Amino acid sequence: MQALYAQLLVGLINGSFYALLSLGLAVIFGMLNIINFAHGALYMMGAFVAYFLLNLGGINYWWALLFAPIIVGIFGMILERTMLQWLTGLDHLYGLLLTFGIALIVQGVFQNYFGSSGLPYAIPDQLRGGMNLGFMFLPIYRGWVVIFSLVVCIATWFLIEKTRLGAYLRAATENPTLVRAFGVNVPRMITLTYGLGVGLAALAGVLSAPINQVRPLMGADLIIVVFAVVVIGGMGSIMGSIITGFALGVIEGLTKYFYPEASNTVVFVLMVLVLLVKPTGLTGRAA
Amino acid sequence: MKTRSIASLLLTTALTFALAGVASAQDKTVKIGALSDQSGLYADLGGPGSTLAAQMAVEDSGLAAKGWKIDIISGDHQNKPDIGTAIARQWFDVDKVDIIVDVPNSGVALAVNNVIKEKNGVYINSGAATSDLTNAQCSPNTVHWTYDTYMLAHTTGQALVKAGGDTWFFLTADYAFGAALERDTTAVITANGGKVVGGVKHPLNTPDFSSFLLQAQASKAKIIGLANAGGDTTNSIKQAAEFGIVKGGQKLAALLLFLTDVKAIGLETAQGLNFTETFYWDMNDQTRAFSKRFAEKMKSNAPPTMVQAGVYAGVRHYLKTLEALGGNPHDGVKVVEKMKSIPTEDDLFGKGEIQPNGRTIHSAYLFEVKKPSESKGPWDFYKLVGTVPGDQAFTPLSESKCALLRK
Repeated sequence: MQALYAQLLVGLINGSFYALLSLGLAVIFGMLNIINFAHGALYMMGAFVAYFLLNLGGINYWWALLFAPIIVGIFGMILERTMLQWLTGLDHLYGLLLTFGIALIVQGVFQNYFGSSGLPYAIPDQLRGGMNLGFMFLPIYRGWVVIFSLVVCIATWFLIEKTRLGAYLRAATENPTLVRAFGVNVPRMITLTYGLGVGLAALAGVLSAPINQVRPLMGADLIIVVFAVVVIGGMGSIMGSIITGFALGVIEGLTKYFYPEASNTVVFVLMVLVLLVKPTGLTGRAA
Repeated sequence: MKTRSIASLLLTTALTFALAGVASAQDKTVKIGALSDQSGLYADLGGPGSTLAAQMAVEDSGLAAKGWKIDIISGDHQNKPDIGTAIARQWFDVDKVDIIVDVPNSGVALAVNNVIKEKNGVYINSGAATSDLTNAQCSPNTVHWTYDTYMLAHTTGQALVKAGGDTWFFLTADYAFGAALERDTTAVITANGGKVVGGVKHPLNTPDFSSFLLQAQASKAKIIGLANAGGDTTNSIKQAAEFGIVKGGQKLAALLLFLTDVKAIGLETAQGLNFTETFYWDMNDQTRAFSKRFAEKMKSNAPPTMVQAGVYAGVRHYLKTLEALGGNPHDGVKVVEKMKSIPTEDDLFGKGEIQPNGRTIHSAYLFEVKKPSESKGPWDFYKLVGTVPGDQAFTPLSESKCALLRK
């Protein structure tokens, strides 16, 4: 039984990453209608920026949590301005293919220069060590990841669903022409939203840098699972993606305990089941 | 009249055959295919570096100046046996490749082994670990260089059991390699009076090991054996440190660890790990000189791993054999037979031999990862702890299950 508690907690930790990443995807899809396949590559860039900040600029983890999302977010906004904005109104497939291509290029460039085994990034001193919870030894850093990403997820949800800015955003996706008539600069808002979604991916990258290797393919390995999370949660649903992210982390954790061989397929099995029963995802509304 | 024409016919036929014979003996074209994981979790330990190693072997052989024409092509098997065999077939059927080298990932390596046997090519495997390549699945076309699971089990594994690590828990990569390494290590553990108390099979390329590590922790085994490789091993080791596994008194056995893995983990976390390799760039003047030349040509400036060194040594020996044959007969069995009859000797592995089952025998070295304070350069990672002579490190012929030995 004790082992089970431990597995639940570990699942929650992985769920934090799923939640943060699928949240960014849901924001981008919900507001821009773009299936952002570059999300994994941008997550990877977040981790690399943290690595560079530390090793080239001597800027520590805490500042990286702030700067890496901003830097990668700006990169994302440039992408949106120069490329993605021309796809407005076209079929989803175009956005998907374009972002997929961008992801391949970004990954290829990083792999060319940094190889595939990755670079080490140390856990910050303040978060080292762990505590004994009785049923398991919890590394402090992992506990921090769960709490921090929960806070970020809820803050993002609040921003979009409960504030005036969020209301503008949601209105702009419904009817951009009308919102523009009220004097709101819709294209700029869209760009900033993409930047926000990308920033969330980069933030997840910084968070994962000390746990995983900073590797060019770290995003590619994760992105497919995260897409499954978004599909299960319902495309574009903010709360749906947060809850599904954490829940799937836990389910995956339990699979690792009961039948480890299936741990990297269980998410997709669930996805198939959900799509069979409720094609719009758990919280999605019919289009 | 009739007899004369028959005689002349016979004469011309004989002449044609004789000429053809001369032509094939003097055929000095060779095509080498470097098949590897070019972009995945094993790309740094083999990958583009292995292709470079093969190129350097061709250059260093000096055969170009003697009129030989040697080409190298490379392919990415993406760690998928079906892709690996498809490339191998295309190389033999369309590109007329003579020899395939490297091929990390035991699953792919065993699949490719069958294709090469069928096509009568030459196979010098350096990247894969499974000892089956020279045991149950041995082939007259195959030479296995560098290392294998039997060697890893009988060096690192044995040393740990003898030092008191008598209970084991395995984290095993769920494919041919992990299974072979666990099997060979388990044999050593039980033979030395130890016991395996449990294990987990994890999918290849797992980013998060915390669930598995918690199970290993709960097992209370003295040794946690990592029967995995590349990115899986580095992630296991890093995350084990996070969960306080080594501090809790359990010891990690990195059964297979490469130079690039140590770089990825960082000395801070990797220090003190014991493991076995058959090549390290900083062994002697020759290895240092080669590694310097190699690193200058690598984009990452990394010195060669033992897998890449094995590709170099293997291709050198292959070309030496072709030179001794006076030409390329394009006959895999014949070339490999000749390769086995010539003792191996090169700057990287020293003197050795290829056994009748295809296993190359050379010394293996027990290393320990240095403390950060002991490291003097960017790739100065290892301390030599012991040397195991080749005949003790690799499967003795009496134990080998290879059918070639019973001819």
